[in-house]
Amino acid sequence: MSRKTILKGRSVVDGVAEAEALVTSQAISGFGGTDSKTGMIIEVRHELCGKSFKDKVLVFPGAKGSSGWASHFQSARLAGNAPAAMIFNIMTTKMALGAVVTRVPAVTDLDQNPIEIIKTGDWVKVDGTNGIVEITHKD
Amino acid sequence: MQLTDNEKAVLDGSEGAARAHAMDLLVRYGKALGAEKLVDTNNVCGGFVGALPGRRDLLPKVPEGEERDMDQVYSLLNLDSDVRLDIPPVKAMTYRLIDAMDHDQYKVQRVTDETIQIVKDVNKFCGKVGINACNTCTPYQIGNVPVYGEHCAWMESSAVIYINSVVGARTNVEGAHSASAAALVGKIPYWGYHTDEHRRGTHRIDVDYEIESMLDWGLMGYWIGEKVKHYVPVLTGIKAPPNPNKLKHFGAAAASSGGVEMYHIEGVTPEARTLDDAFRGNEVRDVMKFGRKELEEAYGYFSTAKSRDVDFIVLGCPHASLEQVKLVAELLDGKKLSVNTNLWIFTPKALKSMADRIGYTEKIEKAGAYLMSDSCSALSKVYPEGVKVAATDSAKQAHYLPAILKFETWLGSTEQCVNAAITGRWSGGLS
Repeated sequence: MSRKTILKGRSVVDGVAEAEALVTSQAISGFGGTDSKTGMIIEVRHELCGKSFKDKVLVFPGAKGSSGWASHFQSARLAGNAPAAMIFNIMTTKMALGAVVTRVPAVTDLDQNPIEIIKTGDWVKVDGTNGIVEITHKD
Repeated sequence: MQLTDNEKAVLDGSEGAARAHAMDLLVRYGKALGAEKLVDTNNVCGGFVGALPGRRDLLPKVPEGEERDMDQVYSLLNLDSDVRLDIPPVKAMTYRLIDAMDHDQYKVQRVTDETIQIVKDVNKFCGKVGINACNTCTPYQIGNVPVYGEHCAWMESSAVIYINSVVGARTNVEGAHSASAAALVGKIPYWGYHTDEHRRGTHRIDVDYEIESMLDWGLMGYWIGEKVKHYVPVLTGIKAPPNPNKLKHFGAAAASSGGVEMYHIEGVTPEARTLDDAFRGNEVRDVMKFGRKELEEAYGYFSTAKSRDVDFIVLGCPHASLEQVKLVAELLDGKKLSVNTNLWIFTPKALKSMADRIGYTEKIEKAGAYLMSDSCSALSKVYPEGVKVAATDSAKQAHYLPAILKFETWLGSTEQCVNAAITGRWSGGLS
């Protein structure tokens, strides 16, 4: 049976979703850093450059860059390219508003660092309403 | 979140569906932040209704022979509402930030007919609901200078860092949806830089070099942002007192490289009369020195251009003050631009009117350059045809141009940039 881990944190946006995880230790830019038409990270110096967050549970430190972050992620949602859920560490106004208008379950302030615990490809269930993350590890 | 009776009533629809939706959005946003309450604001600056590239594609199609339904556009793009709301007049004093084109010189900017129509529709809507469409990233240069301690809801990182640090007003970096909602209900979550606690310094930067020129200030801002990320740096050792132009460039650069939203300068900015005043008991996370070596390191971040044949000079990022326009007019007086080179300088429309009257615009135009308003090369994506190599006097613009418009970009002083426009060759650098 696959190994499971449960993390507890704080609700940011309500709702429940599960999907494969996409994990990065680098903050993500909206404007100039992601392409809302594909869901792809396009910032040249980013470790996820060329990867898409569409329908993934995006695990990352938080938002950086222009104040258009939320508009950019709303555009991604309207184009059908939103992530399935968001798990992040650093709260900012960009991150909070971005999560709200992306309208996917989101949690923060987890009891262990999700960027270290979760690996890309793990199956992750995010209960945004109760702030609970359930990880089914790939190996 | 703890809401007042009045806030609850608005949420329940006492002032109509649009204000109820705006309040609901702010409550969800406040909850996401972990804010305990909302605070009143009567000063909002935002990017209103998607005329900018990237958002235009999302605008609903306009049926043949009909006018664009701007309430529908605002509902979707600015309030993230699935249903069309009747948008009432704004409640808070509200200014609009940058637009997609210069309202008079859009032909020079090579703007499409479709964009011109969108821009006209959006500006008409702004007038209808009472958004002051001043179309500048620097509202504080044309009369919107908040009072010390005033709670604001501003977008535009360079403007946010300016009013937090230089004026002592209180705002976070808002987004389009939170600013648009705040405009309708006059509220914003009480969190972050609205609170005393978050305004305290976190890092000390000991400046050990005579920082004098605008370029020095911009480079130092970029270096500090790169090092402290989103924290609150406190500068000591500044000998020559800065002016608003220098602090505008310093803050814009620090916000671009790192996301700094507030800084203190000992003895200069209003919440830092002394070092103790700036930190107010906060733990000093790190102490760094900024000297000649660090200035050169910062300039090194921008050494990406190869060709010295410059075909586009961009000045006025953030929008130039009248003093900066004057300097460019004097440098261009009686000269002609190289046939291979363009020079565009951006300033708020209100200041352009003054420049027109005083005669600065004439000097600039006689040389073959343009004084523009309402827009900016990076955000509006407007530039002359065939540009490959650009030069600018702004660290912020130099940060964005290679990423957004794929130009090789030189960074130098205003004088070096104007010289490059006249000769067609880049010969600038750190002096």
